[in-house]
Amino acid sequence: MRYSALGLIKEALTGHKGWRPQWRDVAPQSHYDYVIIGGGGHGLATAYYLAKVFGAARIAVLEKGWIGGGNVGRNTTIIRSNYLLDGNEPFYEFSLKLWENLEQDLNYNAMVSQRGILNLVHTDAQRDAARRRGNAMILNGSDAELLDTDGVRAMYPFLNFYDARFPIKGGLLHRRGGTVRHDAVAWGYARGADMRGVDIIQNCEVTGLRIEGGKVQGVETSRGYIGAGKVGVSVAGNSSRVMALAGMRLPIESHVLQAFVSEGLKPFIPGVITYGAGHFYCSQSDKGGLVFGGDIDMYNSYAQRGNLPVVEDVVESGMSLIPALGRARLLRSWGGIMDMSMDGSPFIDRTDIEGLYFNGGWCYGGFKATPAAGYCFAHLLKTDRPHETATAYRLDRFMSGHMIDEKGQGAQPNLH
Amino acid sequence: MRITCPLCGERDRREFTYRGAALDAPAADDGAEAWHSHVHLRQNPAGPLEEWWHHQQGCGSWIRVRRDTVSHVMLASALAKPEDADGGSA
Repeated sequence: MRYSALGLIKEALTGHKGWRPQWRDVAPQSHYDYVIIGGGGHGLATAYYLAKVFGAARIAVLEKGWIGGGNVGRNTTIIRSNYLLDGNEPFYEFSLKLWENLEQDLNYNAMVSQRGILNLVHTDAQRDAARRRGNAMILNGSDAELLDTDGVRAMYPFLNFYDARFPIKGGLLHRRGGTVRHDAVAWGYARGADMRGVDIIQNCEVTGLRIEGGKVQGVETSRGYIGAGKVGVSVAGNSSRVMALAGMRLPIESHVLQAFVSEGLKPFIPGVITYGAGHFYCSQSDKGGLVFGGDIDMYNSYAQRGNLPVVEDVVESGMSLIPALGRARLLRSWGGIMDMSMDGSPFIDRTDIEGLYFNGGWCYGGFKATPAAGYCFAHLLKTDRPHETATAYRLDRFMSGHMIDEKGQGAQPNLH
Repeated sequence: MRITCPLCGERDRREFTYRGAALDAPAADDGAEAWHSHVHLRQNPAGPLEEWWHHQQGCGSWIRVRRDTVSHVMLASALAKPEDADGGSA
């Protein structure tokens, strides 16, 4: 489906009866060169870049539910390139550069809005850490600005500057960070992949991997067997379940992360704010709802819903930072299942099984990574070599001692 | 979510802290491969999971709970045994 101003006028005058689905609804063929398991943002981006950049053909994306029904539609839509460590920051900077050109590339309005992210600091030690992080970001081609209290006050005068326990001492401002309309990312990639011949197959759950002689042959699905040259697994939240079909155990646990939206309000918060004294972050959607979240629920879960203690904790943190939040009513909350890895960093890697590749372990940072994860996974699938920005995301890094532990928490996934 | 403490009965989740999956630790001289597997790799089941909870704000017991990770239903709970202290937890 293509769109134009002329087409819009024509449809407006003829009762909007000519709109067509944005991608084809196809039945699976018997064999593909590339089968991507998981039709989320990452899987669709992988198929898109495989077809567009790497010239691959005969690609299928298998989705057990419907496009946009998983984590790509359950996140808080933030994009950023503000990591500290060498294994991470070049990758996220590559991702942010892809975001900056995404709408032109897809010819699709994804509402990419670089409205800036402000990480608040409340102590001298946090300011030192913010300065170090900012320098690491700048060295990797990203942007960072250290603000003092007055600088923060000029941007967000309504924050609680009078908190005796956690005074706002300043913040690290990342101006190129922002938000994106998450559903449109899924739809844009799906449409773009479909236009390049990718078969997007919904309601098709993978129930088995056929492996013979150490090489993957294809996948068993709820819609029959599909042969495959190479299989890429991109099913964050359910990675352990799918990779168990190949007999693998992963350095991943599944946890639930909740998110919240308030009723629609007039424009109030122009950017994204993160609290440094509690786990809380907030932005305002273009519809006016305050979109916010905090910690994961801390226990292993595959339920796409959380519990009240974390709701209370997030709202208390929010109230202590933005007292005015107490006047807004909560409209909805929901949960998504995260692949929490043992060091808080992801995987884009081959496996010991020939033709089987894995992308996952994104913790609660998968959305911002969507374009680069798709690009790098496509690069790996096509060339069998990691992309230059994703060389550290190996599955064997715990055995070899090359962890990428941004928070220094060790192998405690519920603390990352 | 409420958790059943064998001593205190069904209590609010806020009284407990979570330790993680209850895993059998290898012997001290079992080698790097076995310890890597124990420390880093997980079954991560969608369904019943054996795990450790600490009744920190209650009686202070360590409790081995069998809980369904899909429905959050508590299936069983028992007090930790003395031998569990040798690294039986993750």
